[in-house]
Amino acid sequence: MFVYTIRRLLQTIPVILGVTLVVFLMMHLIPGDPAQIMAGERADEAQVEQMRDRLGLNDPFYAQYTRFVVDAAQGDLGNSVRSGRAVSSEIGARFWVTVELAFYSTLLSIFIGLIAGIVSATKRNSFLDVFIMIFALFGLSMPNFWLGLMLIQYFALPFDWLPVSGWGTPEQLLLPVITLGTAGAAIIARMTRSSMLEVIHQDYIRTARAKGVKERYVIYKHALRNALIPVVTVVGLQFGVLLGGAVLTETVFAINGLGRFVVEAIAMRDFPIVQGSVLVLAMLFVFVNFLVDISYRVLNKRIELD
Amino acid sequence: MENPKTMIKVDELQTSFYTSKGEIKAVDGVSFDVPTGKTLGIVGESGSGKSITSLSIMRLLEDPGKIKGGKITFSGEDLLAKSESAMRSIRGNRISMIFQEPMTSLNPVFTIGDQIAESYMIHEGLSKKQALKKALGMLELVGIPSPKDRLKAYPHQLSGGMRQRAMIAIALACRPELLIADEPTTALDVTIQAQILRLINNLQDELGMSMMLITHDLGVVAETCDYVAVMYAGKIVEYADVNTLFHSPKHPYTVGLLKSLPRHDIDQEELEVIKGMVPRPDDLPDGCRFAPRCPFATKLCEEKLPTLDTMADKNQVRCWIYTDQWDGPEVNVKNDYGTAQSK
Ligand SMILES: Nc1ncnc2c1ncn2[C@@H]1O[C@H](COP(=O)(O)OP(=O)(O)OP(=O)(O)O)[C@@H](O)[C@H]1O
Ligand code: SF4
Ligand SMILES: [Mg+2]
Repeated sequence: MFVYTIRRLLQTIPVILGVTLVVFLMMHLIPGDPAQIMAGERADEAQVEQMRDRLGLNDPFYAQYTRFVVDAAQGDLGNSVRSGRAVSSEIGARFWVTVELAFYSTLLSIFIGLIAGIVSATKRNSFLDVFIMIFALFGLSMPNFWLGLMLIQYFALPFDWLPVSGWGTPEQLLLPVITLGTAGAAIIARMTRSSMLEVIHQDYIRTARAKGVKERYVIYKHALRNALIPVVTVVGLQFGVLLGGAVLTETVFAINGLGRFVVEAIAMRDFPIVQGSVLVLAMLFVFVNFLVDISYRVLNKRIELD
Repeated sequence: MENPKTMIKVDELQTSFYTSKGEIKAVDGVSFDVPTGKTLGIVGESGSGKSITSLSIMRLLEDPGKIKGGKITFSGEDLLAKSESAMRSIRGNRISMIFQEPMTSLNPVFTIGDQIAESYMIHEGLSKKQALKKALGMLELVGIPSPKDRLKAYPHQLSGGMRQRAMIAIALACRPELLIADEPTTALDVTIQAQILRLINNLQDELGMSMMLITHDLGVVAETCDYVAVMYAGKIVEYADVNTLFHSPKHPYTVGLLKSLPRHDIDQEELEVIKGMVPRPDDLPDGCRFAPRCPFATKLCEEKLPTLDTMADKNQVRCWIYTDQWDGPEVNVKNDYGTAQSK
């Protein structure tokens, strides 16, 4: 297990390098000239050229990329074009807001999704099952910003104890977390249900029953542990979708997180901010997938790699 | 009062599956009993209802299967009248089952030790530590090499034969009074089959268990069983002690099965097989269920289902030939089977 963890950790290095390359290329291939923007609207050609020199944009491509990676590794992501402050400190505080939002939303979707999925599977074809599955279908098909707007319209506005914006207090957490967590809960519920239904007909479940195991333990011990294996993968994939959703959710609820920050930076053509934020979000995704792989491995003893 | 020497008595058991296509009578009026310490073999082709009979005894049928009628008496107790929790305390404790598929019958995410120990924790209320200690003893008993390491192994780390041994260890952990072995060796290599059968036999003697051995293989029956029930399409067609069955088989289906066994004592040009297919359970013939494949079938056979009657040598046979109503020519099923079939 230890060997596996180290090995899996080493595997993230090429992935992270790949991410930096993509982020770097993205910034250089999209239209708009950072030097022009930083020098200002009215700068003449000479001033722009001077700015280009200062930013190192005239250096050969590989030199620029190497500098970017080396600086990034030391926590230096450059300075914001607009405010002039270090990108890393601009991102820092907002990053934790987004992580918090993503974390609580994931927690909510796992919690609701698992319970709903298990209930659905064990009470298959019952009224409850049908109800949960219809609900899950809605949860999946509803765009998350729209769900956010509806929650504001029908919950926040009529009851004044639920704030429509901001971040920090438990009341402020509630609606954004529901907004962001619903789609995940729906996917996890469906996945858990189908996985449970498959597992419940396996021979080893019959063996457990033939041993005299109580039905509750048959479900929660023998079946669930196996059924969770594919679900864990979904949770990992879902996290990427969630980060995307965070951008919209933060915008709808005016939360000062990284997602909204990126959107603003794009509008302002603040390249270093966009570049830094995307890099940080991508690394977060890589990290979560690392955790998912580890837990997958803990659950599924059949994968023997060492 | 039941005869105390009878371990389990099954009386007119009827188990059906209620599907959208209608009722499927998987087990249709099956009766037999297993005397204490003895082994009953149940043979028959695929789909004849052998597994459903054993799952009915365990009361482990899955939807849409239901026990429709009959009585199951285990050690004098009416199993069908028991509550689910009373049944649970019997399963894996007083009646155990071994399944056909060793590759899939063990839970892949728990160690072998945990899976054996669970029985002790459920039925004997032992702590995990004590239970694991007894589990180790079981692994030794079923002859798994280096049992200490195997205790911590996961099923995928064992071969098919070793898994079946582990399965036997689970089944026998609490020293059951009755063991139901549902084709315990079918999925294994021939050499491993013999080892596993010998192991089961030895353990049966050692623990004094009664046993129901379900199999396709009459050869296995000859080696291990005291009594045999031959099943065909949800019904027992012949029921006898092993010697009688092998020396004077009566039912044409039994004779057909015996003829299809490879033999060493006579020269065989080729194995004879029973022609045709087992009838689909949702489309059973009105009369004798074997009639479409039986070389002796008459009009009477096609119209009326024969009953299971006791013969002079205590054999029970379900066939018109042995009744007064028989409307065909006089036959000796055992001798005439081959010639009748080739016509
Ligand atoms: N879940 C089910 N739904 C409908 N019918 C079923 C179901 N399970 C079993 N049956 C029916 O019950 C009949 C008997 O099945 P059973 O498993 O007892 O056969 P078997 O004698 O054990 O065969 P095998 O030698 O292949 O194990 C089958 O022919 C099948 O039609
Ligand atoms: S009753 Fe008739 S069809 Fe059935 S086995 Fe006997 S002879 Fe054959
Ligand atoms: Mg079977």
